Order: sequence, then C-alpha cells, then structure tokens
Amino acid sequence: MDKFLVVDDLKVHFPTVDGVVKATDGLSFELERGKTLGIVGESGSGKSVSSSAILGLHRGTNAQVSGRILLEDVDLLTLTNEEMRQRRGRDVSMIFQDPLSALHPYYTVGNQIAEAYLVHHNVSKKAARKRVVEMLDLVGIPQPDRRVDDYPHQFSGGMRQRAMIAMALINDPTLVIADEPTTALDVTVQAQILDLLQTLQREFNTAVIIITHDLGVVAEMADDVLVMYAGRAVEYGAAKEILTHPEMPYTWGLLSSVPDLMADPTEKLVPIPGAPPSLVNLPPGCPFSPRCRHKDKVPGDLCTTALPELTPGTRGEGHLKRCHLANPDEIYHEEVAS
Amino acid sequence: MTATEPVISDDKPAQGTEPLLDVRDLKMYFPVKSAGVIRRTVGHVQAVDGINFQVAPGGALGLVGESGCGKSTTGRLITRLYKPTGGSIHFEGQDIAKIRGSNLKPLRRDVQMIFQDPYSSLNPRHTVGSIIGAPLAIHNVVPKKQILPRVQELLEIVGLNPEHYNRYPHEFSGGQRQRIGIARALTLRPKLLVADEPVSALDVSIQAQVVNLLHEIQDEFNVAFLFIAHDLAVVRHFCPEVAVMYLGKIVEIGERDRIYEHAHHPYTQALLSAVPDVKQAQIGGRRERIRLQGDVPSPIDPPSGCRFRTRCPIAQDICAAVEPPLLQIGKRHKVACHFAGEIGRHPAEPLTPSLMGVDHKGEQVGGGAHPELDLVTGSGYADKWYDVDNRRMVDGGGSV
Repeated sequence: MDKFLVVDDLKVHFPTVDGVVKATDGLSFELERGKTLGIVGESGSGKSVSSSAILGLHRGTNAQVSGRILLEDVDLLTLTNEEMRQRRGRDVSMIFQDPLSALHPYYTVGNQIAEAYLVHHNVSKKAARKRVVEMLDLVGIPQPDRRVDDYPHQFSGGMRQRAMIAMALINDPTLVIADEPTTALDVTVQAQILDLLQTLQREFNTAVIIITHDLGVVAEMADDVLVMYAGRAVEYGAAKEILTHPEMPYTWGLLSSVPDLMADPTEKLVPIPGAPPSLVNLPPGCPFSPRCRHKDKVPGDLCTTALPELTPGTRGEGHLKRCHLANPDEIYHEEVAS
Repeated sequence: MTATEPVISDDKPAQGTEPLLDVRDLKMYFPVKSAGVIRRTVGHVQAVDGINFQVAPGGALGLVGESGCGKSTTGRLITRLYKPTGGSIHFEGQDIAKIRGSNLKPLRRDVQMIFQDPYSSLNPRHTVGSIIGAPLAIHNVVPKKQILPRVQELLEIVGLNPEHYNRYPHEFSGGQRQRIGIARALTLRPKLLVADEPVSALDVSIQAQVVNLLHEIQDEFNVAFLFIAHDLAVVRHFCPEVAVMYLGKIVEIGERDRIYEHAHHPYTQALLSAVPDVKQAQIGGRRERIRLQGDVPSPIDPPSGCRFRTRCPIAQDICAAVEPPLLQIGKRHKVACHFAGEIGRHPAEPLTPSLMGVDHKGEQVGGGAHPELDLVTGSGYADKWYDVDNRRMVDGGGSV
C-alpha cells in the first residue's frame, strides 16, 4: 500500500433529457493520511459531486460513475451496496455545509450522533450515549452531558456545525470529507471550527478533503490544492506552490477577484468575466477559453480547438496544470499579480 | 502595501456639508410573546439598541458584525420596513422615523434596497421588465409608453442584454439576478441604497463583477450606500467608512484605514484576525489569531455594562458595571471600550473613569460625567477628541 486514497479518472455523468451532464469528467488525485486536500471551484464545477462519489452517494440514482476510487487499495466503486454501507460513516464520513438542514429537527442531537455510532458498533444505548457525550466534549460543546438531549434548534450555528463534526468523527474515520464546512458561519465561528478540524486531524491522523470556494480557507488548511473547472481538474499541486505560482488563468482569476485585507482598497477588483459554462454543452477546446483573458497569448486557435492535457507546470513535476500557455509563471507575476 | 496611508478623503464631500442620513439613538426592540392564548410580552429582543451614525451624500458606510448583531435590522429601519422603537432617522433633514402610511411613499423613491438572496427577492411569475418597471408605474414617474425604454436603459447599465426584458428570473444565473435586483433598486434614481449582503450569495468570480458594478453605479449616479456585509474584505474594498456592530450596538466606527489598520476595540481586532487570508498565508503561514470563546449572547438579556465583556480577552470589573461610551479618539474614529488601544497595546488602567465620573470599578463618584463627554456623543464627528495615548482632550482644528 503506497497511497491511502487514490482517485483515478473518476467520471460522474448524469443523463438528462437535454443531454449528458458531465459533472465530473476524468478527475484524478491522491491523498495521504494526516494530510488535507482542498478542492476549489465555482458552484457547478463538480467539487461536491466528486466527493459524494467517494462516499458512494450516487448509488441508486441514475448517475453513471466510472473510474477507480482506491481507499487503502480497495476500489470503492466495485463494492456491493452492503459493503459500501459498512464503510460509509465508519471509514469515510462527511461534514455537510448547512448543519441546520443536515440535522433532523425531530430528534435530539445526541440521538442522531448515537445513531451513527450504533450502526457500526454493537454496543448498548447507554454506552453509545457515553461515547456521544465524550465526542461533544471533544468538539467543544459546553456542558455536553446536558446539551446531548437538546434539539438542533436549541443549538447555535457554530454549535450545530460542531455537532456535525462530532457525528462525522465518532467512528474514528480515516477519511473525512468536509463540504463547505464553514460557508454558513461567521468569521469568528469559522476560525473556531477550522482550528477544531485541524486539532482533531492531528490527533486522529485523519485524511481530510475540504471543499470550498474560499481560497483563504484553503490557504490556511490545505496541504494540496485541486482547482476544478467544468468537471475537470485545471490545476493541482502543493497549496503553497499553487497559491504563489499559479499557472492557470482560472486560478489567477479566483485569486484576483477576491479582495483581501492587505491590498490597496482603492484598486479595482479584477473579476472573471462571463459565467461558468453549461455542463451539457461545453465549449470546444479549453472550457475556460471563453472567459480567459490570456488566450491571445497562445499561438493559433489552440485554446478553442484542443483541450489541454493536465501536464507538469514550468516549475516542476509536483505542479500540474491544464493550460496551453507556454510561460504562465512569467505572465502571472508580470501582468496579473503586480 | 499602500493601505497604511490615509485613503479616500477626496471622494467624500468637504466637512460641514449636511449628511444625507443622520441616525441618532436608533432603537428596535422586538417583543417576545409568551405561549398560550393570552400572549403577554415577556421580554424584548434588543436587536438595535441606541446607534448613531451618519452617511454623507455619495458616501458609503459599511456595517459589519456577526449574525444577530443587528446590522440587517438597521438596514430595514433605514428603509422603514420596520418602525423603530425609538430614536430618529434624519434623511435630508427630515425625520423619517415616525412618519407612516402614504407619507412614506416619497421616501421609497429616495431610499432603495438591494437584497441578499437574488433567488427569493425576485417574483418568479413576473418578467424582468415588469419587475424593474414596477417602481416607475407605482410612482408615476414616466408615462406608460416610456417605461419599456427606461427598463432597457437600466438593463444596459447593469450589464444585461436589454432585449431580455421579457424573460423570467429563472432564465438568469445568480449573478445576473443580482444585477436585476440592482436595476430595480436604481429605477427611481435613489439617493441612498441599502445593500444587505449584496454579494454573499454569489460565487467568488461573480462577486467581483457585482462589487465593481456597484462601484460604477456609485460614481455615475452619486448614490450613497449603506453596505451591510459580514465579509470584512469586501467591506474594506467598498466602503471608505466602516462601523462594527456587536449585539445591537456600534462598538467601533471610523475611516477604513483607522478600522482595518488601527482598530482599537478588542472585538474589531478579533474579527479581523479571524479572516482567512490568501496573501497572509502566502507570506508566511497563518498569523496569530485572537480566539473568541463561545457565541454571541442572547439579545433578549444582554450582559450588563459592555455587551462584549463575556467574550472579551481584556475585560475587567468596570466592564460589567458601566457601559463604555462611543468615544471619539481620532479625527474620524470612535470606539466604545474602556480599554481602547491598538492590538497588544491596550492600557492597563481604564480610560473612561475620569470622563464618566466613575472610579476604576465603575462606582459613581462625585462630580458626575465630564462636561466634555458631550462632545463625544452624537452621530457625527466633533473637532475635539480624546487622545488615547496621552489621555487628554485634543483640539483637532489644526493640529492634525
């Protein structure tokens, strides 16, 4: 066993009356234990669809999933539903974006977390409850032995997200997928939750996939970054490398369109023009080319005719990018970052 | 980094001009009713509790704070979607806090709102043309025949295809819908736009488009903004002046540079330190964070004295006893803290006792409040202020 999680050429297609929606189209990445991968992209770029494929959440829908998802050398896509059900929540678990809609309003928080534990462990309800209180304490809920009997509406937004984290971690999973875990939260609570995730990750040596559109969160949390556009990876590599030497104009766009606390506030933001393409009918060539400000720097009409391969960047093997530009690093530092 | 230099004083009108909006001691208490047949009022949610601020014509004030701090309620009070419990809202010199019924109609022309969620704020059964044209028809601004050309003109201003006036909202993407909402707010050429989280529901790449559009609109139509958002970086980008709210109160207000580079309130400092920032991480990992424990207390029963004291890292006895006044500490900078100071340089002794006539524990002592305290209340900025470092009043007339 060399790699803990290997996703290889993952495709998730949804046939619809309008045509096949290629939500994820040939995605590959790897992740080791104790490391964090940040997946970034706009809504509809396939970030959530790819990660729910890892959990096997597309089973029973009309989605066509192909490729390989190797978790500790076992291909999750070849497992039967029952085998997948045993792993889901125990080996792989998920933290959802909106804790209010992910928690059931009719059951107490304690019951819902205990359910996740009882499914995978043959223990008494009393023991499960003890374990739940332990977990609530671990994620920083005050007076856990009392709050365990509260209903979700009695929790604040930050506490609900903590409860979600407790639920996701109660079976000591080896892989946690956090789908926009802090998007619905205030910055102060976001800081608390991100700190908590990092502490727990160190303690349990968990592998974490964090899906977000906030590059700031990625910068703080992730070891590796995968930038997705229209169902494909467009840039992939170590977080520090990608954030300081991005080689794909879409990543440039993401970086320059968010104001930050250190930039000159009078400077105009540089948005990415246009809107993401329809996944049914992708533009020919590079799907980003209609919105790309730099396609005239590529000779001929390569950008609109040929889909660039995911190739090593100009700065080495560890940095993959999907772009025809020959000298992206120079262009970025001369024209975009300055 | 150029941001440490004083910024944006040129796009603000000269001192002394009348503010467009002057809010004084504004309060909004929502009654909490008991269960049962006789629904007695058992308490009040003090959503907004005595806030003061001004917005200059063509200016932009940002309101930031955590959810539940009252920033959206403030926006709805200014647009008079709510009737305030107390205080005054002077818009162009007229108090609009108490007017009612049809008298509000002229106000609606001058104050418009951009909503957060572009999906729920547009009627799905109306075409874009009728959504944007409705204000024109209601206020009889132009004859019916001219409504369509005006609508198309507005669509063009916000960057949409004017030919799309007969489409329905569902045919547009989130960013485009927000543009429709902006066009609708602009229809009557308002003087003040209340933008309640105008970009937080949008994708990052689209956010920048909308922020730039709002900038263009401000330049072109000289419209003033009350910009409500929780994203500190967006507010910093858009607003030359920023107010930080906590639990219904303004805890710090001032020019952008004062708030972001020289914050004196521990809450502002904590908020700023919590923002994940790409550039920071590029330079050298994450910076020191001020951790705030727990959640915002309930506004039904807020803490005594300073409302932030329950989560404040530097709170002392006086904070529970006396509420700190919103003290002017610079030319355009006010802060409500007994221990106001830049990060890491909060004074050991409270600043306020001599001004308020209390001792260091917050007990009343003889003499009462200092007469000069009058200078530091009110909605605008005075020429004199309290110098935090030297602990005395200074006259800013020429010495700054």
